[in-house]
Amino acid sequence: VLRRVRKQHKTKVPALYEQKVKIQVTMITFLIIGFYLFSMYWTQEQTPGNFKNALFNLTNLFQKFFPPNFRILSSVWKPMADTIQMAIISTTIAALLTIPLALLGSRNITPFKPIYFIARASLNLIRLIPEMVLAIVFVGIFGVGVISGVIALIIFSLGVLSKLISETIESVNMNSLEAIRASGGGLLQVIFFGLFPQVLPQITSFILYVFEVNVRASVVLGLVGAGGIGLMLERELKFYNYPNVMAIIIVIFVVVIGIEYMSNKLREALL
Amino acid sequence: MKDYVLPPKKRRPLKKVIKTVLIILFVIVIYTWTILSVNIDLVRAMERLVKNFNVVIPQLFSPKWSDSGEVIDKMIETILMAFSGTFMATILAVPLGFMAAKNMTIRPVSLVAKWFLSAVRSFPELILAILFVVAVGPNAFAGILAITVHSMGMLGKLYSEIIESIDMEIIDSIKANGANRIQVLFYGVLPQVIPEFLSYAIYRFEIDIRSSSILGIVGAGGIGQMIMFASINRDWNKMSLILLAIIIVVTIIDMISSYIRKRLV
Repeated sequence: VLRRVRKQHKTKVPALYEQKVKIQVTMITFLIIGFYLFSMYWTQEQTPGNFKNALFNLTNLFQKFFPPNFRILSSVWKPMADTIQMAIISTTIAALLTIPLALLGSRNITPFKPIYFIARASLNLIRLIPEMVLAIVFVGIFGVGVISGVIALIIFSLGVLSKLISETIESVNMNSLEAIRASGGGLLQVIFFGLFPQVLPQITSFILYVFEVNVRASVVLGLVGAGGIGLMLERELKFYNYPNVMAIIIVIFVVVIGIEYMSNKLREALL
Repeated sequence: MKDYVLPPKKRRPLKKVIKTVLIILFVIVIYTWTILSVNIDLVRAMERLVKNFNVVIPQLFSPKWSDSGEVIDKMIETILMAFSGTFMATILAVPLGFMAAKNMTIRPVSLVAKWFLSAVRSFPELILAILFVVAVGPNAFAGILAITVHSMGMLGKLYSEIIESIDMEIIDSIKANGANRIQVLFYGVLPQVIPEFLSYAIYRFEIDIRSSSILGIVGAGGIGQMIMFASINRDWNKMSLILLAIIIVVTIIDMISSYIRKRLV
């Protein structure tokens, strides 16, 4: 019997994966595809008309949106400037607020452990709420205008920034901090001379990243009344004025790409 | 008298100094432009705040439990939308990722694919949703399409980066053993990239849950529609229930996905 087994082993090339893994992977694949089909069925159930109609409409899209009406360009720039300013102001304020918060929320710097847990938990909770929902709530409180968007963006970017920054601070090289402490530096001196020189490049890069995210978010925040270009977009959509909508979308596209390009250049220059 | 010598100061090249000065000037110009021309009416905002504070805030912390059936129904739709969108995006992103990877194709193809992906990515999801709502009507399918296209751009870029970072020596040795292109793909490339592909797809699902919960604001299905109605009716009790539902679902899915991702990689 042993000889036969050996013979089989000699002739048979061993498989790349075990039998058990293969069965598992197949099962999971079928499960995922099944869930996909189920979810497509569930979500299509309420579709008015049917799937064929939907595809037919897709060809109508181009007739509705094109050609874009570029005559409204002159009135687009003012709300577009509002949008960019919203992003700049909220990123700046969030960056100023986030550094003390991130210091409190990182394990190796924070002076009291309970504060660390409270800061972490509250920032995690903030990050769970989409910025659009924040904007809706603040529009309810402050009314339609730029300020609601700015506050929503500040809170949203506080959550993102402080997480990124506190993670950077936690991964920092502690030796130089210990050295400053050993030669008699206080907590503030440790932070200014030991910590900041190490993390400043990353922090600037994160702030620029959050600025890009904020530009993209502030474009659409206006859809719920929080100021900027979105407000104009929403108005044109309500009038079913699709050529104007397309022109605004193209302007947004160009501006977003331009800002991303500039921020990339800035990041390269700083790092 | 000084009895110690400071180390000599680092000499900075002139070009770098000019660059730094230019950047600082640029930032200053942008800030002055912002501060001078922004139209924030703080006084009016404060008046509104005083007037609305007691109307909105207490109600945000007292959910209207009687609507929970409706909210759960819409939340399930939101999850399913995100799932189908991510699934389609993952499948579409694989060929795009291979096309955009520098080590898999000729240069022009990779450049064109990279431009295409970054163009797709720079549309915010809500703008895509607006386009698709007009195209296929105000239903969940529009939301699924919006999620698919946006995630395709993101995943395609990540996938191309993963493919570019694989170990090419394995590929070369497989080729040297006489494998054809298909065999190289199946035995050399895919085993190296699949765990990371899946991990990014699952991570993308986390993000898509968040975005599919707001796509309804422009009419693309999911819980966003209820958010919109609640805000129009100023029904903050209902809004509080919706917020709670979003927070719970996002937390649970984050936990599941980070568990799976830890096991994958």
